Amino acid sequence: MSDARTIESGALAAPASLTSRNNKPEGALLAARLRKRMAGQGHEFILDVEFHAAPGFTILFGASGAGKTTLLDCVAGLVAPDAGRIAIGERILFDSSQGADVAVAKRRVGYVFQDLALFPHVTVEQNVQYGLAHLAQAERRERSSAILQAFRIAHLARRWAREISGGESQRVALARTLVTDPAVLLLDEPLAALDAPTKGKIIDDLREWNRTHGIPILYVTHSREEVFALGERVIVLDAGRVVAEGTPHDVMTAPRQETVAQLAGFENIFDAVVESAHPERGTMVCRLATTGHAGPVLLETPLVRAGVGSALRVGIRAGDILLATSRPQGLSARNVIPGRITSVEQRDVIVSSRVTCGVEMEVHLTLAARDSLQLAPGSEVWLVIKTHSCHLMER
Amino acid sequence: MTIDWQAFWLTLQLAVTVSAILLLLGLPVAYWIAFSGWRWKFLVEAVVALPIVLPPTVLGFYVLVALGARSPLGRWWISLTGHTLAFTFSGLVIGSILYSLPFAVQPFAASFAGVDRRLMAASATLGASPLRTFFRVIVPLSVPGLITGTALSFAHTMGEFGVVLMVGGNIPGVTRTVSIDIYDRVQASDYAGANGTALVLLAFCFVVLVIVYSLNRKAWSVGPAK
Repeated sequence: MSDARTIESGALAAPASLTSRNNKPEGALLAARLRKRMAGQGHEFILDVEFHAAPGFTILFGASGAGKTTLLDCVAGLVAPDAGRIAIGERILFDSSQGADVAVAKRRVGYVFQDLALFPHVTVEQNVQYGLAHLAQAERRERSSAILQAFRIAHLARRWAREISGGESQRVALARTLVTDPAVLLLDEPLAALDAPTKGKIIDDLREWNRTHGIPILYVTHSREEVFALGERVIVLDAGRVVAEGTPHDVMTAPRQETVAQLAGFENIFDAVVESAHPERGTMVCRLATTGHAGPVLLETPLVRAGVGSALRVGIRAGDILLATSRPQGLSARNVIPGRITSVEQRDVIVSSRVTCGVEMEVHLTLAARDSLQLAPGSEVWLVIKTHSCHLMER
Repeated sequence: MTIDWQAFWLTLQLAVTVSAILLLLGLPVAYWIAFSGWRWKFLVEAVVALPIVLPPTVLGFYVLVALGARSPLGRWWISLTGHTLAFTFSGLVIGSILYSLPFAVQPFAASFAGVDRRLMAASATLGASPLRTFFRVIVPLSVPGLITGTALSFAHTMGEFGVVLMVGGNIPGVTRTVSIDIYDRVQASDYAGANGTALVLLAFCFVVLVIVYSLNRKAWSVGPAK
C-alpha cells in the first residue's frame, strides 16, 4: 500500500492491517442545534434538538417516529432545518442566522441509509468508487481495493450490487461511504436486519476503521441491545426532542422518562397513585390503575419525593418478577400478588408469560422453570416483586 | 402500383431527426417536471400535454402562423436565411417536435420520478453534483422510459398528418411525407397505390415498435425497477 492518502484530511483509507499504527487522529466534534417543522397528514411534527457528537460512537435512540431520520437528514443536508446551526468543528454546514447552507455534496457527511441505497445498475466496485470521481483512476482503484479488503468484500468487487446478500450489502454500503473519507458518519439502522454475529463482525470492522480516522459516528437504533453493545454515549429522542443523554448505563438503567423506560426494557409500565408514604422504612405504597372491576393492586415501592395522591408511573422488568405456584412464606420481597396465567409463549430460550392480577403483567421465566412448575394458561400463581424492582417515573 | 420511396425516405428522416431532438430536449424538460417543486408546475404539464388532445390542424395552424413571415420568429428566420420557415423541412421539424413533445416527455418524466429518491440522496452524500447524479444514476435507471418515449415520438412522427399538411404543404422531396402521399392517392382514387403505401408504413411501424418493445422488455429484466 503505497500512497493512498486522502487529499483533504491526510488520514489513511487503511485496511485493518494498518490500524496497529499508533497515531490516533481526532476528528472534529459535530455540534447541532436545529428546529424543523414537518407537516404530515393531519398532524404536525416538530423536531427541536440540540446535541453534539464527539469522535466515536454516539447512539441516537428512540421509537419510530421520534425524528431520528429527520435529524440525520438535516445533518446530511437532505432536509433544510427551519432554524439552527450545524457545524463540524469550525466548519459550518448550516447556519440560519448567516444564511449558510452547504450543499449536500460538499458537506463530507457520510450517510448509510436504512435501505442502504446501493446503486443496483453497477457493480460493487463501481458503487465503492462512485464517490471518488475527483481522483485519478489509479488512486481510485487503490483506495477502493483497500476499503474492500478492510471490509472483507474484495471478492465481491465484480458482482452486481443487486445480487449480493444482506450482510454483504451492508458492508458495501459502509465501504462506499467510508472510502470518501467523511468528516462525520451517519448510520440509520443499517444493520437492523442482520443477525447478531454478522452485525457484531461489521461493527468490529467499523470500529477498527475508526481507530485511524476518529470521526463522530451517529448511529441510529431502536434496539436496546445495540445501545449497550455500541454506545459510549446515547442520546434519547422522543417526539422530536432530546429527552435524555449520557452513557448507556446511566440513561438506560435509571430512566426517568416513560419513553426511555419503555425503550429501556420495562415490559410492564403502569399508571399509579401514591397511596401512603413510609419514610421510616424508605418505601411507599402505590395503587395501580386497574382494568375493569378488579380489586386494587397495591405495590410497595422505593420512596421518592412525591406526596400522597400524586400520580406516577411504575415500571417493572419482566425478568425481575418471580412466579410461585403456592403462596410463598418467609420472603424478603414485599409484594406478593395472586394472579392467573393467561398465556405462556416460548421465545427463543426464554418463556414469556402473561399473568392477570387486576393488571396484566408480563413475566419472563426460563424453560426449566416453566416445566418444573408446570405453568400453563389458567394456572393460579403468585407474583413476587421486590420493592427495588419497582421503578418510579414521572407521569 | 408504384410506391413513393422519396416520401418514405423523407418521413424517415423527419422521424429520426424529431425523435433525436426530442431525446435531448425532453431530458431537461422531463427532469424539471419530475423534480421541480414549483407550485404552478401543473400549468407547464398541461401545456406539454396539449398536443395529445389538440386536433393536429389546430396545432398546425398556430405553428404555421408562428413560422410565417409576419411573426417575430418568422421574420428573424428570414433575416437569417433569406426564406420563410413555413413549407420547409426545418419548419416541419419544428412543428413535429411540438406535436410529439408529450410522447417523449411524459414517459421520460414518469421514469425519472420512479427512481428511488434515496439513490439520488446517496449520490449527493457521496459528493456528486446534481448533473452527475442525473447522468450516472437517474438516466441509467430510466433507460426503459427513455426507450419508450423515443420510440413513441418516432412512431408518432412517422404517422403524423394534420400538422405536416398545415405547416409543410405537399412539396415532393421537401415536405411530402408518406401520410400525405396516401391522402393524395385516395383523393385521386388510386386505392391500389394508397393500399400499397399504407401497408408498407403499417409493416414498418409495426416492426419498429416490436423491436423497441422487445429491447425494452430486456431492459426491464436487466435494469432492475428498484
